[in-house]
Amino acid sequence: MRVIAAMSGGVDSAVAAARAVEAGHDVTGVHLALAKNAQSYRSGARGCCTLEDSRDARRAADVIGIPFYVWDMAERFHDDVVEDFLDEYAAGRTPNPCLRCNERIKFEAVLERALALGFDAVVTGHYARLETGPDGLVQLHRAVDAGKDQSYVLGVLTQDQLRHSLYPLGDTPKPRVRAEAERRGLSVSAKPDSHDICFIADGDTAGFLRRRLGETEGEILDEAGQVVGSHDGTYGFTIGQRKGLRIGRPAADGRPRYVLDIEPVTQRVTVGPREALDVDLLEASQARWCGAAPDAPLECTVQLRAHGEELPARVVVEGQQVVVALREPAQGVAPGQAAVVYDGTRVVGSATIDVARRGATMP
Amino acid sequence: MPAPTPAEVAYLDHAATTPMVPEALATTTELMHRLGNASSLHASGREARRVVEESRETLASTVGARPSDVIFTSGGTESDNLAVKGLFWARRAADPRRRRILAAAVEHHAVLDPLHWLAQHEDAEVELVGVDRLGRLDVDALRAAVERDPESVAAVTVMWANNEVGTVQPVRQVVEVAAAHGIPVHTDAVQALGQVPLDFADSGVDAMTLSGHKVGGPVGVGALLVRRELDLVPVLHGGGQERDVRSGTLNVPAIGGFAAAVERAGADQPDTAETLAALRDDLVARVRAVVPDAVLNGDPRSDVERRLPGNAHLTFPGCEGDLLLMLLDAHQVACSTGSACSAGVPRASHVLLAMGRDERSARGSLRFSLGRSSTAHDVDRLVDVIGPAVERARAAGRLSRKER
Repeated sequence: MRVIAAMSGGVDSAVAAARAVEAGHDVTGVHLALAKNAQSYRSGARGCCTLEDSRDARRAADVIGIPFYVWDMAERFHDDVVEDFLDEYAAGRTPNPCLRCNERIKFEAVLERALALGFDAVVTGHYARLETGPDGLVQLHRAVDAGKDQSYVLGVLTQDQLRHSLYPLGDTPKPRVRAEAERRGLSVSAKPDSHDICFIADGDTAGFLRRRLGETEGEILDEAGQVVGSHDGTYGFTIGQRKGLRIGRPAADGRPRYVLDIEPVTQRVTVGPREALDVDLLEASQARWCGAAPDAPLECTVQLRAHGEELPARVVVEGQQVVVALREPAQGVAPGQAAVVYDGTRVVGSATIDVARRGATMP
Repeated sequence: MPAPTPAEVAYLDHAATTPMVPEALATTTELMHRLGNASSLHASGREARRVVEESRETLASTVGARPSDVIFTSGGTESDNLAVKGLFWARRAADPRRRRILAAAVEHHAVLDPLHWLAQHEDAEVELVGVDRLGRLDVDALRAAVERDPESVAAVTVMWANNEVGTVQPVRQVVEVAAAHGIPVHTDAVQALGQVPLDFADSGVDAMTLSGHKVGGPVGVGALLVRRELDLVPVLHGGGQERDVRSGTLNVPAIGGFAAAVERAGADQPDTAETLAALRDDLVARVRAVVPDAVLNGDPRSDVERRLPGNAHLTFPGCEGDLLLMLLDAHQVACSTGSACSAGVPRASHVLLAMGRDERSARGSLRFSLGRSSTAHDVDRLVDVIGPAVERARAAGRLSRKER
């Protein structure tokens, strides 16, 4: 196949590209320029969008012996990922920009361009496995290295996107990928893993949101609606947060309090005891299925955040709506997060959480 | 996968750099075996100095200059910086009213960026004079700009021929306008050397930039021709090796190779121009036969007074130039989109924008530049692959428009 290798400048995508060459594919390396101003994005070791990363990707392509180009996707990235991130926060939701980037940039904008140019697939360094099922459909599975598994952030991909994807690292533990990079003479072999959000240069998400969205003071209330404190803006809070609430008056029972709810319109933050965080019923929408949508209630597991734990659940699809009933309560679940549905190691699909609450009974 | 050998590549990017001619390669490599600093007083120093001075004489006689006009530099960018900054500082020092610099809007970045730097840091007033749809300087606009207040003009700089679209500029008319007021004229002739007739003294310009690697010489060497009578303030300070205007130990092997290349290029120029123009016209005609809506940018008249003979600059409507370049590259055809930033992200060319083209059509353009190593076989290769490549680049182009 003729394939585009998306090369971030990190060790994973470099080894993935090298493996694609070894598998006999005709590989062209592409680095995505995602920042309008490369200096403003996270630098060096932790990011994926700087001039240094572009150079690292180019050097890896040199060593592997493949052509290399930079594709300017900054405008698309800004519109579809950064703006979406801001809009979601402004609406009081907690988005995952990496997931959005996979959905809209790597496996949409890049893939569509690659196909138009006569390529057959996009290869990335994601830790996930692809298999062809008995029905001929491509299945997305968790990586062998559970600690590095990235099937969660790929859970938004459709059959058509998966069909044109290659993830050569899914069967390999990360330490072996590093060793392989070293063996192949790729200078990025010792580069630290990237973390956090690439377009927030200093890692201060709350500060980024404050600068971009402005901040408004608001009240902190308890479950009974009593004002127990105030805050400078809701962006610093996440559901389930305990530290840094700066509530002067202790709770009546003296127990620690957690953020239960964030209401961006009224700027109200509600706090309460830990057990009030428990939710077991999730209503979600914007479902994306890797194959056909489940047509009957599905006993499965769900994952609610990247590297989060797997929770036993029953999933029911009702038109555009997806209802997830958790077997055990979960804590700190925020609207905007993706619920990715697994059948064993296989990703069934995903949906975006609209409401997380305590359900009266299991459906 | 081994890289294709040079013979397998249709190298259509001679405006970027050229293969070294055998004379230059032999001279440079031979000189690299020798020891000697051209500023030393002992025998090996004198031998190095002899090479430099012979090279200076060879270069001068080839381009119609006196040996004393030649300042060797590290290349075109340094020469342009020295000319623009050096002239501005010297002229302003002589008369503080002289703060304006006039330049063509289509100048190379090696001229434009020093100009912008002078505006930001040295209180210069930079006026970019427009070009017509063919990329040729509007001489009337230049005249009006000069005559508005001739006393305040420090210098005029207009390139001999444009590096992207190949349009030859009316340098003689520029000189007439400026000379009437005693204003010095600099011209960047990097692309013109070896392709069109070039005579420093006859042209009437006061300073001229030349580069080695665009004419079959080594990279890292060039010259600024400056009339002996003209004062320049140095950019590089140090030993004052070149006329006390340019410092740095002279790069003897590169200077020797540069002179050998220029001598050869000068001798070959009439023949080169004729051969390249014919090959270029063939390229344009055959590409347009395959891609009928491809648009030739620059001056369609192919004589050396109008257009560089090796330049074919085409817009492929609906294509993203960088994607088309990538597809051609995959078929061993090397060309250029004209301009790139440090991260390799394409930007619309300021030259095409100055010619009145919109951003999209500017981004859908490619430059094919022929040189003395070019053959009909190179053109055949391009013509063989351009059709399907344009179709695919258009499909990708439709995609990026659909998204918006």
